[in-house]
Amino acid sequence: MRALGSPEVAVGDVLLSAENVSLSFGGVKAVSDVSFDIRKGEIRAIIGPNGAGKTSMLNIINGFYHPQQGRITFKGETRSKMRPHDAAHGGIARTFQNVALFRGMTALDNLMAGRTLKMHKNFFWQLLRFGPAMAEEVEHRHRVEEIIDFLKIQNIRRTPVAQLPYGLQKRLELGRALAMEPDLLLLDEPMAGMNLEEKEDMSRFVLDVNNHFGTTIALIEHDMGVVMDLSNRVVVLDHGIKIADGTPDQVKSNQAVIDAYLGVAH
Amino acid sequence: MDMLYKIFLDPFVQMGSAPDLLVQTLWEGLVGGVLYALIALGFVLIFKASGVFNFAQGIMVVFAALTLVGLHAMLRHWGVSSGTIAAYLALALTVAVMFGLAFAIERVVLRPLVNQPDIILFMATFGMTYFLIGLGELVFGGEPKLMITDDLHLPRGAIDVKMLGGFVSFQKVDIAAAVIASIMVAVLALFFQKTRIGRALRAVADSHKAALSVGISLEQIWVVVWFAAGIVALVTGIMWGARSNVSFALEIVALKALPVLILGGFTSIPGAIVGGVIIGVGEKLGEFYWGPLIGSGIESWLAYVIALLFLLFRPQGLFGERIIERI
Repeated sequence: MRALGSPEVAVGDVLLSAENVSLSFGGVKAVSDVSFDIRKGEIRAIIGPNGAGKTSMLNIINGFYHPQQGRITFKGETRSKMRPHDAAHGGIARTFQNVALFRGMTALDNLMAGRTLKMHKNFFWQLLRFGPAMAEEVEHRHRVEEIIDFLKIQNIRRTPVAQLPYGLQKRLELGRALAMEPDLLLLDEPMAGMNLEEKEDMSRFVLDVNNHFGTTIALIEHDMGVVMDLSNRVVVLDHGIKIADGTPDQVKSNQAVIDAYLGVAH
Repeated sequence: MDMLYKIFLDPFVQMGSAPDLLVQTLWEGLVGGVLYALIALGFVLIFKASGVFNFAQGIMVVFAALTLVGLHAMLRHWGVSSGTIAAYLALALTVAVMFGLAFAIERVVLRPLVNQPDIILFMATFGMTYFLIGLGELVFGGEPKLMITDDLHLPRGAIDVKMLGGFVSFQKVDIAAAVIASIMVAVLALFFQKTRIGRALRAVADSHKAALSVGISLEQIWVVVWFAAGIVALVTGIMWGARSNVSFALEIVALKALPVLILGGFTSIPGAIVGGVIIGVGEKLGEFYWGPLIGSGIESWLAYVIALLFLLFRPQGLFGERIIERI
């Protein structure tokens, strides 16, 4: 899949850095003392066996969880506690491991919901559907149509989301995140439960997003082939501890990673 | 045989022989239905945006009306000489109180219970009901009060229209209620379907975490929706209060919203209106034409029977969202 072209976007400065982050639930340590960074324009993978703390890490970045220790610096601003609402304002968008769409709404409305933060016109104008609010709505609709074209989902615009097959729901969720025009896109297992063809499609979308929009992406994925092909750098977690960090090749040959995945004789 | 005649034929013969009376009955039913619909609307708003059945909606109606009347009396007592100014000042203050209430409910009740099962939130609204009853009585007293109809300049009297060989009398305040309710429904429907906040409200109802991830603030949405429900409650309180008076007995009337909701579907604003009208008209017709056969008290249970009949054929209500589940 690398044949599609390696990312043309120059990998630049640090966009987000996690320093010594720890999170526990009661006695369970989900994440302990993890540090890593995400650079502008790169595709950063977070991998690890089940229960390694990958999703917890995404939830921390996105403000759903508040770490007990450590700091997250995003765009040069350090915050120990960030609410999801603020994260979204700051330009962090995400998808979920088990799809979380607005099931009662149409595909189009889901995408428009993604643009909530970009709409500013007074709601009295919106109620009247007149003047500046109408112009704004048209403009946002235009942006959403671009995303619909990009993801090739023209034919499901008006379909209630609950009726869509799983693969398309996953794709739509990516679309909703893209509608936010994020600086940092977090993808939690974007290819889970997909067949080979769907995985290839999704991989292409992820690469295209990175190439065309220059969006920085952090993704969690279990399919090692996909991870190694897509990502610039990989961080490996096991039992909440960081065991490796580096390029796909470095990580692949790291003994600790091999042990974590294959098990080790005690 | 005689009984069958009385049930299946006689009422219709009566309707046919005195059409003006039929029109009068239909009108009364319609107005009653619109007022039921207003109460149901408050429930629908909150149910749509949070999936919570707000048991306290009925008492919010009483509380809003009581606050309006109570504040009016206080303002007059403190020396506001003009009744009209006092009334509109009290109205503005009541709107502010309803906003404060929405804000307090979000802070004290909803925020600590975020992500709890719906039944927990439902129980919390029970608690709110008793809190509001207590607060209302403590501040404004428990005795029934008269709605300040004149000072608010609500229309008075009736228009008699000559038709169908008789007179039909339309109370002006009823006409006003119907018009105001229609406007409110239209505005709310537009608000939900066409505005950013409306879309955000529906989004929150569907999935909290997805809504958070696209940057919708749950706190803000909840305040908005409870405030809207408070305003609906205030309008309902004024209209009901103008027909009878303002007392805690209104809360019982609010329970009539339940069959309306079952009929119309819990999530539909037009459903609340259509359901309200069906219940209101059905109730009045039943009371007037069939009531004497069965004895009095028919209006206390007929609404539920009507709702049950509809439920047999459409379990999700007339306008409820179809429940789609991929397996």
